[in-house]
Formats: sequence, structure tokens, C-alpha cells
Amino acid sequence: MSLEMVLNDFRIERDNEKCIRCGVCIRQCANDVHYMDEESDIVLANNEACVNCLRCVTVCPTHAITIVKEPNQVRENANWTNDAVREIQMQAKTGAVLLSGMGTPKPYPIYWDKMVINASQVTNPSIDPLREPMETRVMIGRKPDRLPKNGELPPQLKLDLPVMFSAMSFGSISKNAQESLARAAKETGTYFNTGEGGLHADLRKYGKNAIVQVASGRFGVETGYLNAGAAIEIKIGQGAKPGIGGHLPGEKVGEEVSRTRMIPIGTDAISPAPHHDIYSIEDLRQLIYSLKEATNYEKPVFVKIAAVHNVAAIASGIAHAGADAICIDGFRGGTGAAPMRIRDSVGIPIELALAAVDKRLRDEALRHQVSLIVGGSIRNSTDVVKAIALGADAVYIATSALIAIGCHMCRNCYSGRCNWGICTQRDDLVKRLNPDIMAERAANLLRAWQHEIQELLGGMGINAIESLKGNRLMLRGIGLNKTELDVLGLSHAGEN
Amino acid sequence: MKKIVPDENWCLGCKLCEVYCLTAHSKTKDIIKAYRKENPKPVSRMQVEEGKGFHIAVSCRHCEDGKCIKACITGAMHRTPEGFTAVDKERCIGCLTCVLACPYGAIVRDTDERHTVSKCDLCIEAGEPQCVKHCPNNALKIEEV
Amino acid sequence: MKVVIIGNSAAAAGCIEALNAAGANADITVVTDESKAIYGRPLISYYLWGKAQEKNMYYRDSGFYEKNGAKLVTGTRIEKIDPKVKKAIAADGSEFAYDKLLIATGSSPAFPPIEGLSKKNTHTFMTWQDADNIKEKLTQETDVVIAGAGLIGLKAAESVSARARSVKVVELAERVLPTVLDAGNAPVLQGLLEENGIEFYLGRSVKKIEGTDAVTKVILSDGTELPCSLFILAAGVRPNTALAKEAGVTVNRGIPVDEWSRTNLPDIYAAGDVTESTDLITRDKKIMALWPNAYLQGEAAGNHMAGKEAEPPQLLPMNAVTFFGYPIITAGVIGGEGTSVYSAKTADGIKNLYVKDGVLQGMALFGMVDRAGIYTSLIKDKIAISSPEDLISGKFGINWFNKSERQRKMR
Repeated sequence: MSLEMVLNDFRIERDNEKCIRCGVCIRQCANDVHYMDEESDIVLANNEACVNCLRCVTVCPTHAITIVKEPNQVRENANWTNDAVREIQMQAKTGAVLLSGMGTPKPYPIYWDKMVINASQVTNPSIDPLREPMETRVMIGRKPDRLPKNGELPPQLKLDLPVMFSAMSFGSISKNAQESLARAAKETGTYFNTGEGGLHADLRKYGKNAIVQVASGRFGVETGYLNAGAAIEIKIGQGAKPGIGGHLPGEKVGEEVSRTRMIPIGTDAISPAPHHDIYSIEDLRQLIYSLKEATNYEKPVFVKIAAVHNVAAIASGIAHAGADAICIDGFRGGTGAAPMRIRDSVGIPIELALAAVDKRLRDEALRHQVSLIVGGSIRNSTDVVKAIALGADAVYIATSALIAIGCHMCRNCYSGRCNWGICTQRDDLVKRLNPDIMAERAANLLRAWQHEIQELLGGMGINAIESLKGNRLMLRGIGLNKTELDVLGLSHAGEN
Repeated sequence: MKKIVPDENWCLGCKLCEVYCLTAHSKTKDIIKAYRKENPKPVSRMQVEEGKGFHIAVSCRHCEDGKCIKACITGAMHRTPEGFTAVDKERCIGCLTCVLACPYGAIVRDTDERHTVSKCDLCIEAGEPQCVKHCPNNALKIEEV
Repeated sequence: MKVVIIGNSAAAAGCIEALNAAGANADITVVTDESKAIYGRPLISYYLWGKAQEKNMYYRDSGFYEKNGAKLVTGTRIEKIDPKVKKAIAADGSEFAYDKLLIATGSSPAFPPIEGLSKKNTHTFMTWQDADNIKEKLTQETDVVIAGAGLIGLKAAESVSARARSVKVVELAERVLPTVLDAGNAPVLQGLLEENGIEFYLGRSVKKIEGTDAVTKVILSDGTELPCSLFILAAGVRPNTALAKEAGVTVNRGIPVDEWSRTNLPDIYAAGDVTESTDLITRDKKIMALWPNAYLQGEAAGNHMAGKEAEPPQLLPMNAVTFFGYPIITAGVIGGEGTSVYSAKTADGIKNLYVKDGVLQGMALFGMVDRAGIYTSLIKDKIAISSPEDLISGKFGINWFNKSERQRKMR
């Protein structure tokens, strides 16, 4: 037995004058942090187990709990930070790959926050969204070069606002969480994405608002599934972990996950890094058309890729291959579990990827043929507006949606003990997420963003989101160097 | 006629309903004072039970044909004109015959000097049932029956 | 429909309220030889003790009779019932014609052969008047001797103990509360009472009361002499059946009645302490002189008189009582052949559950009385129990039932 060198991350401070010993914190912590010392009539804490999910803080009726960063840290060092030291200590202890949850927290530049939006003054006056119609509707799908004589267009998705819920599989999140997003999507006229875990039988009724994903593990993929959704998405990559596959541990594969994914109970659900039937762009085209054949050409087929160095060329290939939309997932994207080093160092920012892809497709006169959907840390309505101005048709949100339904960003998703009932399959924890409450919250988020988008559009003197699409003139860079401005295709604030 | 109906599909067994019930029936109506200072300490009328894989919050059903009312030897247990069952605290002498009669075990012994009984009174004083108001997961609902 | 009720206690209230709930529009007359409106008879000990005030003694509000279409006639003793002409006739000659009659005459103290019972300061303990009489005589110098350690005797002992100089209880059986508790349970109660200054003389009876004018001492069957300035006789009760018997009603120790409180004579019902009713568990007929049972029997009579369809009452022996704040609850059959006992003992007290033939037959709870009613429902509904250990667990409650039953109960 040797010394435990990995210190706790957090420390519980309890105001014992306020603590009424009701035990709610004890009962509500899935990590068994709090416990009662009957003899001394005091509630104590196992600090090592605390992940700062803030569940106890939120439920405590007298607000008696404060969670602080553990004050015991190694000496201040801009290079050897406490985290850097700790990560080595953990690997020395376990010999294992470090796992992480949610998107990278590293201080990379956030380009959204270095762009500013135009507003109308004097000429081209603003439009008041409270008084005049303001269109936030978008149509996602392949647009033909010419309007066909019979008026028939390739299949389209109609979105009441340019925001959709991104892929989060049943297995990585709970059924209650997925149901909340499904109901919110239906309520607000947009779509949710099943992720690679299939579509649970109980959620088939939300199929009209579902984008069903076909990922490398092909979990749950059969014709019923394909036809149940409104669109199909082939997942090639994910922003949080480009180049590698996915892994749902066997403990999380209970009866329902097993049935939905069509794999045996308790087996690890491994999605291989490549699709083993896609080794070239022609193979991708073949899969796209197989899926169209299987669904009688009634559903648009998307292809989702991670934002990597030559994303523009890849996107061009995908457009040629016949996809109806290209979904690009930037390196800030979230995940339930990914190796920390891959999450933090692989991939490029979505803002730059989006601008590059949009430009490339325009240069090749292909831009109108495919829709562009982007994700990877869209945090608020201005990120949405900026994304559209840079060329996106719509955005995917995941982390934002989870925060709306209770996620407190503790980033311990891979433990399976999510105290908010989101990324867990434990019945007692999943119960905490009541879709009656959470669907409303997710829908509220979208409604709030829709109103803000309308205000921003009106301020720009635009009354339809279509007029903003790819309209770089509505943005200016701020504090960006020449290269960055070039990639984004923007002028600097103050320039014309 | 209203009653509070527990939904064991959503009950987490957190027992916040008990905390707010106790506080609503305390002298000070302040959670910290009710628990730490008031003597005698008030009691919750809501009782959250733990079953195998579920929890159920049990409180008075305000039965139309209350067994407690028929058992009461002082006439303290009675039906109000509004249609719920109430204890007249002046009349109750704490004999516990109602406790013996109630098939839900919903009547509790209070800590007052005369050791009378207490049970859910639909929070007439507070204006709305505090347990329902503070349940974090919509596991308690007021239903008209 | 003219309804006459002889007696003015729990059974009368049950009958009156049932007739009203059924919308019978009956013309009800209640005739009592006492002077008060219905009062909670078990309250007389709390009244004597000082824990209940006069205004709290009344079972219902002052408007009760009028509101329910009933007329109360006090201070009147019915001497004869004539079923042929359907009349109840009082000592003072007044006549009460009826379509339906309810005999709820209750019981009176039994008088065992004790010499000197006529001396001053000897009392029974059945009525409010008795409590008033005792209250008047009780001082810090009073030496009280009580004959009988049944419920009445022990409650009397409890209520005088605060004020009297000494309290001694004499009981023929070898244990206290002999008809309710068994030899294993009784000592728990006895210990509690002794801690509060009450002395017991078990296995003996009072033979003689001595004193010139008022009582000064009592002599027991074994020769023991006890100083005594106030004597309370609580050695059992006898159902007041004479009236019924003379009228031709079949009478044993009490008046046997069916589940609708009917006697053998048409249109004549009986309810309360005067009756023998069927014990739900043992299926034999016995006197179960308990306030809640009396109310339920009165209610059954009222329902039947009104022609209302209702479930007949489930009657069993049961008691809920506290002594110096310590609660004791019993119900059903305690002990007996072929019964398995499941016990739990904690700092709060003792819980004994009696299981026979796969159902809960009885319970005796000392101190640990919380939520006892759930057990009562198991006994009354004869619910099959596959693992009795679950009943005794601290987690027992509504969660013990299966999901659909739970949903049904909690709606």
C-alpha cells in the first residue's frame, strides 16, 4: 500500500448553523460524498469523491453547502499547473488513458467572441421584430440548379428556427434526457438527433422530428429505424474526438440499451474509427445512395464530419458524393467519454472550418447543392447569428441543450453517476430527469434564442434568416490577425 | 375536493416535502429555526417511504368516509365544510384511536404538550400545499377527486 | 319514519349520522337517563386528571341534535318496551312511539360481593357524574384504593395519581389489563405505572370495606389491610340487558346482534356495549365494548333502518390507550395456539405481531405505535402474508403492497 498522491479536486464547506441535518444532500449525492455522524449530530463529507456537480448545493433547503476548489495545490507554476501535475499522478497510479467528458476546457481562442455584428443606422433602417414579420425558418436539404418542371424538390427538412439538437446517443444519455429533447424539438418545430444508439421504441412516436444516425457501429440500424426518422445522418467523425471511434462500457448496456442498439446485454458497444465499408469517397457515395434507396428517396441524407485540417476538401468530396447536407463538428464539441489528449489537441475551431468550407463550396459552385450544419460549442444566440453569417444554414447544439435540462458541467460523464440524470443508465438517477419539466426547459431555451435572433436580425435591417446566410459583410473581426481575417473572410472592425 | 397524490414514478425520496411540511407547521415558518431552535420540534405530516426501487410519499387521503372520524372518541376528528378531514386540536386528547384506525398510517403523534395528533391539512394556513410547491421533480400533484 | 334511540352515547351518534347521510328524513328521539348531551365517555379519566375541560367533553357541537333532526330527552329512564304496540315507556309514564328502535343502553358497573360498599367515599367510574363526584373528594391527603386493573381501573389510577397521596390497585388476575394483554406483555405496562407511584396487589380481591361513616380501610382476600379514604370500584361491567330481555329480545350476557345490529325482534336494533357482536377473526360472538365499535354498530343500524346499501362494519377487539403519555395499541387476537409471534424491540418500545394461517391476526404495540392502522387494515382485510418478517421491519408501510394496490390506495 502506498500513499495516495492524487488529492481531491474539491472541498465541501458546510455552514453548520444553517445545516438542519435533513439528509437531502446525503440521499441525493450519487458519489456518496455526504454522510451523517449520528453520534456528533453532524453531517460530514468525503471530499475525494466530490466532482462539483452542484446537486447538493442546489437541493439543500437552507443553502448551507459551498463547494470550493481544493485550496491544497502545488506551488503556482504557469507551466506545471496543478492539473498538469495531477494528470501525471493519475497515470502513474492507473497506467490508463485519461478519460474526459464534455468539450475541451483549454484556453484556445474563441473566434465567436472575436467577431462583432452590424446594425442598421440611418440608411437601410432596422426592422422591429415586434411589429413586422421576421422569418427564422430555414429549409435544410439539397437544392437543384434549376427549379424542376414538375416542381418536385429533393426532400427538405423544415426548421422553424436554425437550431437543432445535436447527436447524443441513448446509452451515452438517459432515455428521459433524450425524450426531453425529442419533445422540445416537436414543440418548437425543429429536430433532434438520435446519435449512434438507435431510436428507443418509446421514442419512435417522435420520429417526425428525429434525425436518425448511422454511425460506424451501425447500432440499431434496420429499415424500420431508417424510415422512422425525418432524415438520416451518416456519422464519419465527431468534433470532440476526430479520427477515433466510440466506446460505451458494458455496464451501461442494460436491457433497454441492448434492445435499442441490437447488441447483447453487458457487451461493450464499440464504434470503430472508420466505417469498415467506407474507405474512399466512392464508398461514401455508395452508402448515401443505399440509404436513399432503403428509404425510397424520401429522406435527406446528411454526412457528419469532424473539423480537421483539410476539412474544406473533404466537404467538397461529400457534396460531390450526393449528400443533402454536410454537418461539421468543431473541436470544442462535447462528448460523454473521450481520451483527454485527443479531446484537447485534435481538430480545429468550427468558426474557421465553417468559413473555409463555405468558401470552398462557393468557389466550386456547389454551395447551393448542400446545406451546411455546424456545431461544436454554440453557446448562445449570437454564436448562431455569427455562424449563419459565416455561411451555415443551421447549427447543432448539444452542450447548451444539456445545460438547459440540468447539466452543471462537472465533466464526469464517463463515471455513469450523473447526478442530474443525464448521462447515466442507473434507474434511481435517471428518475431525476422528469421530461415533463425538462422538455419545457429545452423548448424555453430555443424560444428565447429565437427571440434574440429576431432582435439581432431586425437590428441589422434584415427580415429573413436567408438574407443573413453567408453574409460576411454583417460581421467584422476584432483583435484578429490578418491570417485569421482572411480565413474567416472578414474585414476588421473599423475597415469597410 | 382536493387531495395530494404522490407519483412514485418520479419520487426521488429526497424528502424535501417533509422538510417543507414541517416548516409550514412550525411556529416560526423558518426552516432553520423550525429544525434547530423550536422546542418542541414540530413534525412533518408527510411521510416518504422507501420501497424496493421506488419511493412513495404518504399523507392523509381525506377519505370521504374517514375511518379516523368514526374512531375518534372526542369528536376532534371531523370533516370541514370545504371537504377535507381535520383535527380540532382543542378537543384532541391524544388517545391515538385514529392512529389505530387509519389504513394509510397517515396520522402522526405531534410533539405539543398534550401530545395531540396531526395530519395533512392541505396547508390551509400557507394557502397552498408546500410539499407540492417544493417537490423538485413533479412527484406530488394536487388532484381534484 | 319514527326512530327512537334508548341511550345517548357513541352508538346513538353513529345511528343519527347514518340516518342523515342516507337522507332518511327520520324523526329521531334520543332518550337518556343522564343529564348531558353525548360526551366522550373515555374522556372522564382525562377530565378527572385535569387534562380535558368541560367544554371539550362533548362529542359533537351543541347544535348536533337539531341539525340532524333529532330531539334529545334527558333525565328520563325507559322502564319498558312494548314491541306489540311499538312503544318505549318511561318511568315517569311518558311514551315514545317508534317505527324503529335502537337499544343502546350500554353497561353498568358490576358489583362483586364486597362488604361495606354503601359506605361514603366509595365510587364507581363510568359516568361524568362519577368523575365529578371523585374530583370533589380528591385531596393531597387522599389514599385511593381501586378494585380492578382493567382499562377503567388503570385509567382511574392514572388520573388520580397526580393529586392523591397514595394509589393502590387490587386485581384478581395475576397481571394488569388481563383481558387485553398476555402474561408476557402485561409487566411492561405494570412497570410503567409503578414508576409513576401506583402500587399493585395482584392475584387478590377486595373483600371488605371498613369505616364508621366513610371508608377508612379496605381488607383484601388474603387478609392484607390497606388504608383508604377513597374507594373506586372498577371490577367489570355488566351490559344493561334487562330492558331488552323483558321485551322478549333474545339475551345472553349481552344482546346478540347480526352485522346490521338487528336483534331477533323485527324493527328492534341494538348497538354498543350492550351487544354481543361477531369477532371478525374468531367468528364467535362476544361483547366488544369499545367506543369505535359502538359507533360503527350504531351506523350499521342507521344504514339498515334507512334501507341504504353499505358494507357492514368489521368489528374486532382493539384498544388505543396512553398511560402517562406512553402509548399502547392492541387489536385482534393476541397469542393463542398455532400463532407465530414476530417481535421488534427498540429504544422506542416493543412491537409484537401475531400471525396465524398466513394472515396477521393481532398486534400488541408498546411505545412503537406509529402507523398502527396499516396493520389494522391487514388484520381486517385478512391480507395474505408471505413473509411476515417484512411486517416487523422498520421500513414497513404502504410500500409493502404491490404497485397496483399502492396506486389504488393513494389516488
